Amino acid sequence: MIAELGLAALWLAAALAGLQLVAGALALSARGASLGGIVRPVAVVQGLLALIAFLSLVYLFAVTDLSVKLVAMNSHSLKPLIFRVAGTWGNHEGSMLLWVTIMGLAGGLVALIERRLPEPTMLATLAGQAFVSLGFYAFLLIASNPFERLWPVPQEGNGLNPLLQDLGLAFHPPTLYLGYVGLSIAFSFAVGALVTREVGPAFAKAMRPWVLGAWIFLTIGITAGSYWAYYELGWGGWWFWDPVENASLMPWLAATALLHSCSVLAARNALRAWTVMLGVVAFSMSMIGTFLVRSGILTSVHAFAVDPERGTFILALLAINIGGALTLFGLRARTVTEGERFAVTSREGALVFNNVMLSAILGIVLFGTLYPLLAESMGAKVSVGPPYFTPMSALFAVPMLVVLAVGPLLRWRRDKFSRIGKMMVIPAMLVVAGVLLTVMLGGVPLMPTIGLALALGLVWASVLPLEGRNLLRTPLPVWGMVTAHLGIAVALLGMSCESAFSVEKLVAIRVGETTEVGPWQIKLDAVEPVAGPNWTALEARLLMRYGDDGRVVELGPQSRSFWAPPQQTSESALLTRWNGQLYTVLGGEADAKDGRSRWQLRLWWKPFVTLIWLGGLMIALGGALALVGRVASDLRRIIARDKIEYRRERQGRAGRYS
Amino acid sequence: MAGGTGIKAKHQRLVLLVIALVVLVAAALLAAWALRNQASYFYVPSEIVANPPEQGRGVRLGGMVQRGSLRTEADGVTIAFVVSDGKARVPVVFKGIVPSLFVEGSGVVAEGHMGADGTFVADNLLAKHDENYVPREMQNMTRDQARQVMQDTK
Repeated sequence: MIAELGLAALWLAAALAGLQLVAGALALSARGASLGGIVRPVAVVQGLLALIAFLSLVYLFAVTDLSVKLVAMNSHSLKPLIFRVAGTWGNHEGSMLLWVTIMGLAGGLVALIERRLPEPTMLATLAGQAFVSLGFYAFLLIASNPFERLWPVPQEGNGLNPLLQDLGLAFHPPTLYLGYVGLSIAFSFAVGALVTREVGPAFAKAMRPWVLGAWIFLTIGITAGSYWAYYELGWGGWWFWDPVENASLMPWLAATALLHSCSVLAARNALRAWTVMLGVVAFSMSMIGTFLVRSGILTSVHAFAVDPERGTFILALLAINIGGALTLFGLRARTVTEGERFAVTSREGALVFNNVMLSAILGIVLFGTLYPLLAESMGAKVSVGPPYFTPMSALFAVPMLVVLAVGPLLRWRRDKFSRIGKMMVIPAMLVVAGVLLTVMLGGVPLMPTIGLALALGLVWASVLPLEGRNLLRTPLPVWGMVTAHLGIAVALLGMSCESAFSVEKLVAIRVGETTEVGPWQIKLDAVEPVAGPNWTALEARLLMRYGDDGRVVELGPQSRSFWAPPQQTSESALLTRWNGQLYTVLGGEADAKDGRSRWQLRLWWKPFVTLIWLGGLMIALGGALALVGRVASDLRRIIARDKIEYRRERQGRAGRYS
Repeated sequence: MAGGTGIKAKHQRLVLLVIALVVLVAAALLAAWALRNQASYFYVPSEIVANPPEQGRGVRLGGMVQRGSLRTEADGVTIAFVVSDGKARVPVVFKGIVPSLFVEGSGVVAEGHMGADGTFVADNLLAKHDENYVPREMQNMTRDQARQVMQDTK
């Protein structure tokens, strides 16, 4: 019953999206203008219907209704409730439903609150949004119906991949989707602005909160995904340049560029065509990411669909949306009139540099991610990994970070380096000190050396924009910028320290024996069986001491066996100190030579590794501060405008009656 | 283009466009060059024996773990085994914790490089996790060759 309700809601939402598209498009012409009034309400109702469909699916998963095929394939009644609910989007159909739901709700929100742009632009924007949504509705209803029934009803479900039975899963995909879909709003705004040729500061200001919001969620999603891979996979790494990771990084890079070009457009009315182009590119990257991850073209825990029809469908959607938008851009870009001019040495100049470098990194990552697919279509099997990605992206990231130190201090329009030269003395000294330090320590490879030195300089340089300001009266967006830039420096520091100073140890020891890693002494005290709700495990009891006189701490890495579906995972155990993290993994039993078995242990001491994710969260926090600042000033302006109107109205009335 | 010294708006747009294009083309060329050097190719044992990659170059080797070949060295963490595709055999060493479904007679993809003595030094092993998660290169192989390989290596 609930399944049918959900399906009906989904069909209705799709129909409304069609209506929204047609009405929005017709309303742009003189004859159809009367249709304009229904577009906004339709967008709101469409979002609500999609939400009803999604909540129905959540309910079906929560009660484990096995007569629904999707539930039977992907869930299991013995799973804890939180994982049953999270399982809703832990599969292909459910995740696509989540996608259209977020998209519908975001479109509804735009329709409800955005009053700044000229009405035709808004209608074109909502029509564009409906067009994109419609493709995804068709995809869901035709190729991946989440509410399909199963007959006969099975006794029990198939369960969920144990790697995915983790709290991280409950939040990771929805967070990334919020980011992806937020960019779809930016895309629709870009399309709307192109259709009506209204590209200007108002457009940038209307688009900016959505880009900011999407960017915040992408940042959090990537940070969380990185930490999840770090502790769940048990390989000790935090970024693998896996295609799936790249799929989330590429929209982030494009959104970062868009964010910065948006602020140029909003503040100075320059970079018009470029900003529109980035709006199209950013969402294209989201779609390419979804295609790569969900089409089954890559094999990973993320690739649910093994059905080639679905891959083709997403590819077709991709081609229609991106191709359409790029054609529109090609037709209209010339008529988007030129923006204001600026000198090379100016805030705009620095931001253009940032944009070009980000685009180059984006190109490098995109190229490296797609190359194996291209090669495979020509018959060669290759994989591309860190030896390609890391140095190639650093080549462009390093100059960008140097400019990041200077850019925020420059004035708009035109400036001189001599004005800010003095402020750069301390950061420059910090960079030199960083290089000297690593050279003295010795044995640090080139990349971490550069990273470490640059990070030290950036930590100082990124807070310089606050110098000489009254901190209480500094606008929130400035605080946001400083926090985010500082976050970049902090994350870079963490990455460099991790790759420069990590100590790894792989040993096989008997119970009762002791080993050392970095400053830690570690004793294997016992190996005992333990049991959880749907798994059993062997757990090692490790007793650890930092230095010679540290307190003894206990850790319990596990080797877990799940039974639905049967699979083994290593549960690493981490110990965090202010100056780093100890990472322990229990391996298998090595063959016993003299009757007492030895256990494999893999241990890492990673100094300051936590700064990576702390930095990531600071970047997101910076975005949040900027968003709050922007939205608050928008609200103040709306309230002020309403007050003025109200007064005018009252005066007018008073005048009439007096 | 020193600011405002008579450069027309149209020209500024052109200059920006040219700079952006030059950087992006440079990035693409660099990427193409780096990919040629850094992409790691996938080999099966008969290919790697017939036409070995240069030493130290990162490659992937896929095949079946030959029965009876797996042994653990004295340190308890280094394992040695032979990967075979029915036509050729390659000895492999790996230092680390093996994936749980890595057993004799099953498929494996090893990431690493060829050592000086013709031994493949693996940095990472990808084994078949479960029915739904097969290393991509293993898909065709298990279908086409697995049965025969299994018989050969029994």
